[in-house]
Amino acid sequence: MPNSKHPMSPHLQIYRLPLTALLSITHRITGVILALGCIVLVWILAAAANSVVYYQAMVPHLQSWYGQLFLFGFIFSLYLHFCNGVRHLFWDVGYGFELETVDLTAKLAIALAVILTVATWAVAGMG
Amino acid sequence: MADLRSPLSKVKGLGSAKEGTHHFWHQRLTSLLLIPLVLWLGFSLAAMPVDHATLVEWIRQPFVTVLLVLLIVVVFYHAQLGLQVVLEDYISSHAQRTISLLLTNFLCLLLGIVGVVSVLKISLGA
Repeated sequence: MPNSKHPMSPHLQIYRLPLTALLSITHRITGVILALGCIVLVWILAAAANSVVYYQAMVPHLQSWYGQLFLFGFIFSLYLHFCNGVRHLFWDVGYGFELETVDLTAKLAIALAVILTVATWAVAGMG
Repeated sequence: MADLRSPLSKVKGLGSAKEGTHHFWHQRLTSLLLIPLVLWLGFSLAAMPVDHATLVEWIRQPFVTVLLVLLIVVVFYHAQLGLQVVLEDYISSHAQRTISLLLTNFLCLLLGIVGVVSVLKISLGA
């Protein structure tokens, strides 16, 4: 039946994840990224506690392209995990399970994460 | 049909695991605490120049010291709870799962302690 209107998805191997599912697995991935990123943050904090010299040695790395890339990735992961986490908290108390709502809050969480990232980056740029 | 559960086990609502929902509940409690703490830290650090003197002076303020210690403890507890679920879901071998859980828990504890000691050293040190 080549002209059948049957839905071709979900299929075992060919299945386009809906936005909600994509955000769900992203929540885990960002969680793991944040945990790993915290190692670097604690490292910086420990360097600052150790001596000015150790701390000053880290600053050029943070200002380099890979340092900025790390910071940007960490901050975006943080806010995405943050916004989606708040979404989870609403589900925990029983709100927002309707299909349209779930889709809307997924888009809202992503948009808010972008806004917060840009806002933090803007504040950092002014400082 | 005979009910094999004792009245005590019924009122406690626990199964053979001998514990209930504390993992779920603590994950939520820590996430609630982290909402204000993360926004505070993110925008405070962003607004600050990156030099050592400014950072040290900021950390030395008593309320900053207290909030940072609280944040570090809560963050690594939250991370430990989250990583535990991920490892439990994806590692099927019992031995590998146990070892990776032990390692992760230990690393979270260690990093948390390093963070707290660093904050206290800056705050209370000469």
